Amino acid sequence: MTDTPTPAEGIQPPKGLRAAMEENPTHGVQPKRDMKVRARDVSVFYGGKQALFDVAVDIPDRTVTALIGPSGCGKSTFLRTINRMNDTIDTARTTGVIEIDGQNIYEKDVDPVPLRARVGMVFQKPNPFPKSIFDNVAYGAKIHGIAANRDQLEEIVENSLRRAGLWEEVKDRLDQPGTGLSGGQQQRLVIARAIAVSPEVILMDEPCSALDPIATARIEELIDELRENYCIIIVTHSMAQAARVSQQTAFFHLGKLVESGATEEMFTKPRDERTQDYITGRYG
Amino acid sequence: MSEHIVKSFGEELEQLSADIARMGGQAESMVADSVQSVIRRDPELAREIIARDQRVDDAQADLERKVIRLFALRQPMASDLRATFAALKISADLERIGDLAKNIAKRSRVLSEAEALPVARGVDQMGRAVSQQLKNVLDAYAHSHVDKAVDVWTSDEEIDEHYNSLFRELLTYMMEDPRMISGATHLLFIAKNLERIGDHATNIAEVIYFVVTGENLAKDRPKTNTVEAGPEPEED
Repeated sequence: MTDTPTPAEGIQPPKGLRAAMEENPTHGVQPKRDMKVRARDVSVFYGGKQALFDVAVDIPDRTVTALIGPSGCGKSTFLRTINRMNDTIDTARTTGVIEIDGQNIYEKDVDPVPLRARVGMVFQKPNPFPKSIFDNVAYGAKIHGIAANRDQLEEIVENSLRRAGLWEEVKDRLDQPGTGLSGGQQQRLVIARAIAVSPEVILMDEPCSALDPIATARIEELIDELRENYCIIIVTHSMAQAARVSQQTAFFHLGKLVESGATEEMFTKPRDERTQDYITGRYG
Repeated sequence: MSEHIVKSFGEELEQLSADIARMGGQAESMVADSVQSVIRRDPELAREIIARDQRVDDAQADLERKVIRLFALRQPMASDLRATFAALKISADLERIGDLAKNIAKRSRVLSEAEALPVARGVDQMGRAVSQQLKNVLDAYAHSHVDKAVDVWTSDEEIDEHYNSLFRELLTYMMEDPRMISGATHLLFIAKNLERIGDHATNIAEVIYFVVTGENLAKDRPKTNTVEAGPEPEED
């Protein structure tokens, strides 16, 4: 299923993190598996209304998986089940099983807070905190107690900003507010913040829809680089973007997963007529 | 299939199919007429066919422009992508078929001034078989008939047989009478051109198969064995 080369080593966290992680196994380096996320019979209800119907899909590690489909098809709802973001909505109820590395994240004893460090999220509109650039990135590491001292924290911040391709642009003004950056820089700052807590999975909900083509291209390039170390799942309305950045694509329609497979296949010869109609811009 | 939400996109794709159909018709009549010009020893018809080739060339250039524009402006996906790619490939095959028919017509002008060789029946039969292949494959394109395309693809073997038998016949005449060599050589090239036209028809059949199914036809088409002491029909 995955056609990406498999690096021999596991995820390499920033150096300063390793000591902390050895003490905290939830941030541990996971053995390489082909399938990172496994969903079975996943349904989501908002009050009495069912938004997602029995979704079953396997999502490979170190791969970009695109979730596509018309508005209201359930793709964002499904994305949000993967780090239990739907828990924050009172009326939302999720049934079924979602496993990350074989562990069901909906088990009673799973604490959603460390889970959301393992499964980071980037939203449609960049949402930096009203804090300095440094504090934006350091925030998660502090909350989750990942850094033991100031030196480690600085190392994490620099490393994360480098990985997000933002370091060179901000290294001389780390004390300035994150909200003062351009839209594209803010989105990369938010990605740096997600990376800083050393996640295994990164969820992106239309991360480029508020950006111009140049900033979009930089984010897409970044996604392609991050794929070497993370399992990335991206919701996008842009067919062309899904085709450009992902290796796997899943098509949702009316709350159901219609079809999933290699992106190349999905965009040259989709099996289902509904997929065909959607990606070629026909009336469904 | 449902209609495109953007109507002009759907219309542009339909226009490509219509262009291919028209080009196909032009190429088909050029092939049939070029064979007639050989059999009837008609230099006037030959001259006319040679002039017609320019229209097919222009049609191909025009279609290429449309395809490039469509790729740039519409970014076709899935079945639309396959259809656009197919129009580009098929137009190239049709353009080559036009060139080959033109070459047959040129040779027929030379032949009409030389002594007649008694192979009109063989050329006629082969010409009919090739024209039928071309007609069938264009029908298969117009109606997206995979089965018909596969039929064309498998029956190319018959064309090869026609070619082999004409080859043998012409070789015999040349050995019997060296004065025949010039005319027989032209006829040999004419037969070779017809065989090539058949190959282009099978190329088109392969493209139709891909458009409809998204899969490639198996690479190895059955081939007849070679002519003794003669060149093999080339793979194309």
